Amino acid sequence: MRYLPKSDAERRDMLASIGAPSIEKLFESIPEKFRLREPLKLPGPLSEAEIIDFFRARAEENSKGYASFLGAGVYSHLRSVVTDALMQRGEFLTSYTPYQAEISQGTLQAIFEFQTLMCQLTGQEVANASMYDGSTALTEAALMASRLTGRQHLVIARSVHPEYRQVLATYAKQIGVEVRDVGFTPTGQLDDAALSEKIFDGAAALIVQSPNFFGVIEPVAALAEKAHAHGALLITCVAEAVSLGVLRPPAEADIVALEGQSLGIAPSYGGPYLGVIATREKFVRQMPGRLAGQTTDAAGRRGFVLTLATREQHIRRERATSNICTNEALMALAATIHLSLLGKEGLREMATQNVAKARFLFAELTKIPGVRPAFSGPYFNEFTLEFPRSVRMINAALLREKIVGPLSLGIHYPELTKRAVVCATETTTRASMERFAETLTRILARPV
Amino acid sequence: MSEKTIVANSPAVGTPSAARHISRNEGLIFERSAPGKRAFELPPLDVPAVAPSAALDASLLRDEIAGFPEVSEIEVIRHFTRLSTWNYAIDLGMYPLGSCTMKYNPRVNEFVARLEGLATEHPLQPAEVSQGCLRILQLLEKCLLEITGMDAVTLQPTAGAQGELTGLLLIRALLESRGNARRKVLIPDSAHGTNPASVVIAGYEVQNIKSNDRGQLDTDHLREYVTDDVAALMLTNPSTIGVFEERIAEIAEILHSRGALLYMDGANMNALAGVTRPGDFGVDVMHLNLHKTFSTPHGGGGPGAGPVLVKKVLEPFLPVPRLVERADGTLALESHRPQSIGRVRAFAGNFGVLLRALAYTLAYGPGIRQATEDAVLNANYIRKNLESVYDLPYGLASMHEVVFSDARQKKHGVGTMDIAKRLIDYGFHPYTTAFPLIVPGALMIEPTESESREECDLFIGAMRAIAEEVERNPELVKTAPHSTRVGRLDEVGAARKPVLRWHPKQPTELPSGVAPKVVPSA
Repeated sequence: MRYLPKSDAERRDMLASIGAPSIEKLFESIPEKFRLREPLKLPGPLSEAEIIDFFRARAEENSKGYASFLGAGVYSHLRSVVTDALMQRGEFLTSYTPYQAEISQGTLQAIFEFQTLMCQLTGQEVANASMYDGSTALTEAALMASRLTGRQHLVIARSVHPEYRQVLATYAKQIGVEVRDVGFTPTGQLDDAALSEKIFDGAAALIVQSPNFFGVIEPVAALAEKAHAHGALLITCVAEAVSLGVLRPPAEADIVALEGQSLGIAPSYGGPYLGVIATREKFVRQMPGRLAGQTTDAAGRRGFVLTLATREQHIRRERATSNICTNEALMALAATIHLSLLGKEGLREMATQNVAKARFLFAELTKIPGVRPAFSGPYFNEFTLEFPRSVRMINAALLREKIVGPLSLGIHYPELTKRAVVCATETTTRASMERFAETLTRILARPV
Repeated sequence: MSEKTIVANSPAVGTPSAARHISRNEGLIFERSAPGKRAFELPPLDVPAVAPSAALDASLLRDEIAGFPEVSEIEVIRHFTRLSTWNYAIDLGMYPLGSCTMKYNPRVNEFVARLEGLATEHPLQPAEVSQGCLRILQLLEKCLLEITGMDAVTLQPTAGAQGELTGLLLIRALLESRGNARRKVLIPDSAHGTNPASVVIAGYEVQNIKSNDRGQLDTDHLREYVTDDVAALMLTNPSTIGVFEERIAEIAEILHSRGALLYMDGANMNALAGVTRPGDFGVDVMHLNLHKTFSTPHGGGGPGAGPVLVKKVLEPFLPVPRLVERADGTLALESHRPQSIGRVRAFAGNFGVLLRALAYTLAYGPGIRQATEDAVLNANYIRKNLESVYDLPYGLASMHEVVFSDARQKKHGVGTMDIAKRLIDYGFHPYTTAFPLIVPGALMIEPTESESREECDLFIGAMRAIAEEVERNPELVKTAPHSTRVGRLDEVGAARKPVLRWHPKQPTELPSGVAPKVVPSA
């Protein structure tokens, strides 16, 4: 077998050299009744070419050739081939967690650069080396806020990504943390009139997403003030990181939970992605996740090490800030390379293109009779529209014409039927947007 | 083992053997920036341009991002390529790290993960246009169930630790449905740190149980520990000293008789795949680490995946979404499961990692047993050739990993960390130091099946040479490594005054063109 660097003769020699009559001898500690007599019933073995054929065949069974207008937490953005070329270098791809700093300076310096980029992007003072994804970063940020304030309640905007809220609910239940919802207004922004004294009573944090699940930008600075006035922290979640290329970063938030998939990471049907927590320096000891810190060796040379490990499971075990161990280091490297490629001007330009593309699509679609904006608030590259009939039916018809339509809100928001979130990025072509509008016009013109 | 295999790369003959590192005064990417440089150009807009200030209120817009990189494409390539040369990697040589299973990461897996039609798919797109992705998930589910002998599986958890948490939440849900979630989870003192950390997040109390004098679970006293208050035992099998818990059937029976469950941490599955199945020996719930046993790359610390496999009784509680096959044979993800513990992450899971694990499994097929046999053979070969020079605290048969202690070397004032650092000069990554906690001064060695006889012999040679150095010249070992780009770094200083990001006003670094220190001759 091509992955095994031993010949049968070598196996026999090695067994003989250690005095074992057979390989079975080395498994005698397993009670006999549990030792398998037959090979497992598994498909294969496949040669390299057969493996490629298998996955190529699967790749033909998905959405190749379809135009898509989905965002909702996963975004199609340009990626340079340089990113993959560098990520696939064996020294990055096949290296271990950088516990042995002297032979991991590549990884450690890249993490330090990543942490810096995340601070610059979010306007926060310190950022970690990654969490699993945006949903778990948000969850861990919420638990962090609870530890910092000693309070057991959380207030969360309903306009935060429903799947993120579901993950938070799963974790919160175990820690005995109560989660209260706050709704939204016709602007699509958080209903700040509902942010009363009562809802904040005992609250560790107010949690909002910006741009939110409807695509609407939230007034983060004002919400931070409101939260602080009631003794709570503000956690802001960012699902579309490219928005930070033009939008004001959530610097007033106490903790930012970011999903970095937009930063050079392929959609890949749901993962691997890139969670990040960024916060104020004074909160760093309660922040989960790995941290790379700058230091020197005895000769005064600059180097980097994993630091503040007393927060982590391998040191503190049951008293750790989190159980996280393996994170998304390679994806953080991808984002670091990607942002280095885009640079200051490139990220701004990409974000600016998103603004233009989304406005074009908005205009095209809202021209169609019966199609209206659902919310009046400002947006970046996603917006919610109200349709004259069921989104499910519209999307089924769109799919027949090789268009993956916008995400229906009715599933998660029962009061928002016939509404869906539409996304356009710099990768969405004019031709596809015009075809979408033309196809939708035809669909809506048909009798019900 | 032949003598001649030792010396070729040994620093004892004066040539440093660790990889040469290209430094060239390489600073941080921010330190190479100059205004106006860029490395990536976007295609022009095909729609009318809209200035953000025209579309959005000024209060919503940001200033330019101060200090963001401004470099050209070649500078990005050189910067990260140079950084990469400062790393050790599986592609360069062995990582004998215990319980990490640092095996070869097959390149075909990288190729198929990047195929258009797989890398490009959105997790929320309709099932009708996702059958390819769903079939990959379904086939992986079937393979993992066959390998483990369990009844049902979730591919959601993103890493082993998250798998542990998920498993514990499943246990809680089951026990709650029976009227009492109970309060405690038993954890052997040899357990990985994520185990107790996960228990706490799951809302349980940790009760540590001491291993016996053979380094195994204290089965003789287990019955006393398993009170009605105990929800589960979290067991790693083989243990973190690489030994199979021979009384596993009895352990399971004791737990089950008290209504408690057996959780198996599957980090050491590399000793079992194709040879035995946890589902057969009484495990109720377990996780696998796909970035260990199933070859998906560590990438410097992730991504990973930690699927959780369960017996039928726990299936109703599995996280959503669940993969289902409809009557017409099509696949879909369903989220309506009233008894489910809920979602543990957004979307379907670390699909790219799952895909790679499937590609690995398909490459082996039923022959996966051979990988397990080679892993166990390598570990035993290394054990046999080092047990005369390093102390072996527990004498039971090793499976895929062996744990020595630094007891003999401590007499010369040299500890496991020093030996590990000296191993770097011989061109190896250190083994796992100071873990498991039940072995003071541990040297935890897992070669995996990916090491050839030559590589094993080189490793043995290096470890034997270092043992000799400990006796003849302990200072050499205590001040190692000598052949790396930087020497031992000041970790205390790093933690005392943390510098966790670059600041624009920071002075640039000292010249790093200093030649690596020459290895003192032994």
